[in-house]
Amino acid sequence: MPRTGRTARLTTATALLAAISALATACTGQSADTASDDPKADVTLNFWHGWSAPSEAKAIEDNIARFEKAHPNIKVKVTGNMTDDKINQALRAGGDKAPDVVSSFTTDSVGKFCNSRAFADLNPFLEKSGVDKTKVFPKTLLEYTEFNGNQCTLPLLNDAYGLVYNKTAFAAAGITEPPKTWSQFVEVAQKLTRPKGDSYEQVGLMPTFHGYETTPMRLAAQWSPTYFGADGSSNLAADPAFAKMLTAQKDLVEKLGGYEKLERFRNTFGDEWGAEHPFHTGQVAMQIDGEWRAPMAKEAGVTFEIGTAPLPVPDEQAADYGKGYLSGTIMGIAAGSAKQNAAWELVKYMTTDTEAVVAFANAIHNVPSTLAALESPDLRVTPEFKTFLDIARHPKSSTTPAKADGGTYQLTFQDFAYAVEKGDVTDIPAGLARTDQQIDTDIAKAK
Amino acid sequence: MPGTGTRPLRSKQRRSALRTAAFMSPWLIGFSVFFVYPLLSTLYFSFTQYDGFRQPSFNGVDNWSYVFSDYPLFWPAMRNTLWLVLVMVTCRVAFGLGIGLLITKIKTATGVFRTLFYLPYLAPPVAATLAFVFLLNPGTGPVNTLLDAVGLPTPGWFTDADWSKPALTALALWGVGDLMVIFMAALLDVPKEQYEAAELDGAGAWARFRHITLPNISPIIMFAVVTGVIQAMQYYAQPLVAGKVAAGVIGGSGQQFEPGYPDKSTLTLPQLVYNLGFQRFDYGTACVVALVLFALSMAFTALLMRRRGGLIGAGG
Repeated sequence: MPRTGRTARLTTATALLAAISALATACTGQSADTASDDPKADVTLNFWHGWSAPSEAKAIEDNIARFEKAHPNIKVKVTGNMTDDKINQALRAGGDKAPDVVSSFTTDSVGKFCNSRAFADLNPFLEKSGVDKTKVFPKTLLEYTEFNGNQCTLPLLNDAYGLVYNKTAFAAAGITEPPKTWSQFVEVAQKLTRPKGDSYEQVGLMPTFHGYETTPMRLAAQWSPTYFGADGSSNLAADPAFAKMLTAQKDLVEKLGGYEKLERFRNTFGDEWGAEHPFHTGQVAMQIDGEWRAPMAKEAGVTFEIGTAPLPVPDEQAADYGKGYLSGTIMGIAAGSAKQNAAWELVKYMTTDTEAVVAFANAIHNVPSTLAALESPDLRVTPEFKTFLDIARHPKSSTTPAKADGGTYQLTFQDFAYAVEKGDVTDIPAGLARTDQQIDTDIAKAK
Repeated sequence: MPGTGTRPLRSKQRRSALRTAAFMSPWLIGFSVFFVYPLLSTLYFSFTQYDGFRQPSFNGVDNWSYVFSDYPLFWPAMRNTLWLVLVMVTCRVAFGLGIGLLITKIKTATGVFRTLFYLPYLAPPVAATLAFVFLLNPGTGPVNTLLDAVGLPTPGWFTDADWSKPALTALALWGVGDLMVIFMAALLDVPKEQYEAAELDGAGAWARFRHITLPNISPIIMFAVVTGVIQAMQYYAQPLVAGKVAAGVIGGSGQQFEPGYPDKSTLTLPQLVYNLGFQRFDYGTACVVALVLFALSMAFTALLMRRRGGLIGAGG
């Protein structure tokens, strides 16, 4: 039957659409599930990481040199200063230039990486090598490097969050020791705050959630929160820890001068990673920060004495003083890599070899990520650093769990916390319930 | 005999059509590969759950309903984008025209003024934004120091949700050099005889601008508006950098930054496309936002092009 012009056009359009759809489908990557490459064959691995400072890059190079000496058949091509966005694109694109091994600072991406199978599951590699991960890595670190049983990354050094304080300012204010409970913390922060006109000469602490590492998640860890219930749904409203933390933080903001005044002062601060950090300049006397702050302040040439301590805990949890929030760098193997067995040799060395982990931790002032390295006599431990090692070892230290939507649930919670500290929220429990709904919707969407 | 005469004619027409197609083929190939295929792919992916790693799977209108009903960032981004299209584009065109008029009127040091107003346009957007965040720093910036010295209120600029978009508009006005040059060329092209005749008829400055200048440069105004709308729809780097720097978020381990600081006031639709697609691994939803952006651009351009006839008519 002869086709009419209209039918022919329709058929052509349908065929075109089908062809485009098929082409689009065909263009999408398919990750390999098994590794069959010979780890003893001569091979060159592409390793991407995010460190950029010369001392950090040198620390990586030194570690890689030791690895290549121990594995003469494997050469490692190192590319540093890589952002997560570049890493994500390269993993998607695949090909010869794409990384085989990747290290990222963003633990929040682990859920997305594992859920999307962007990184290979390392469980089979761990088993094949006879590595019992539960005996090598602290439990909390394993928690943020896996998702639903898929250990798609391993910890490569650890960050513990505590309190870095100006001992000289403490002495001047007649404070003899760092605060242990929240009420002591509020009192100390007020004592250390010196107004100047409608601004400050010094604040005891910048308590707003844009104050660098003072994020809602870091602070909430002191209340030992449970982000998700047993059924996997968001638990912010059901766990009183979140409302208590938000109320306590809002109260501290008010007592130190109010949101607007504090935010205006915050805008006079220098860069978080530069010498003009407000802790270095004396603009803040206490800083919620990681283990790197004390050595960075010393490198910046501060003239005051530095002390470190765990973050205070709520008064009713005084017995748990010493705990804190843990995070860190992660390392994984690209699922699309054709050299996964060789890549595993590098990942295994970097993440589980005590000498490698200790050398790297010493070089970049991070907390080691294995149990053996934490106890190693070769670890250079200053009194300031010891605080963070103890936080990392504390059984009640916690992290934020990996979810299918990556860290979107944290951003949603963070958004709500911004509204609370600003005074836009009057009913915190109702707001947390709405935040729960949003988080559940986002996670269901990501799955 | 019917038919014998039409066959050579049809054959000639076919040859002519083929020749036309051959001449058009470079454009047709480019158009198909770089416009039609990506557009259809975007439409296709908008109906799928696709993270860029696994095969896309059809999920009906889930992405569409998520964007319009459940995605908390979409409507703030939409409102901001529309604000920028309406306010920023209007201000830029008016300011560009104003500067162009001023510079064509002054008699001395014209070259110096032209250069001074054009130079900021040459600054890379990120560098220009960083400079503005510094200048408008509510605590230490010279602008607020000056305002404070003369007893005027000192806005929070990039840290205040009510002032962040006006601050972005100020940044856009600072780099208005491109429009200034175009308007100057158009203004210098207006026939002088028309002004002379109007003056003889007793027309004042406003009457001359209203009845001679505006009609003569209306096609250029339309060009500035259409390109401005498209630029505003693609506004990405400046609000992102301003928000990020003002928020003080550089990003340590386990730390993420969501664009839009403060209070989502600098969030734009292109930022959502990037955020959803490349940071949240949700290509499907990113495609929905991209299509909304495309539809908006088409609608604005169509609306303006309908007005174009009238404006050119007025000029002609």
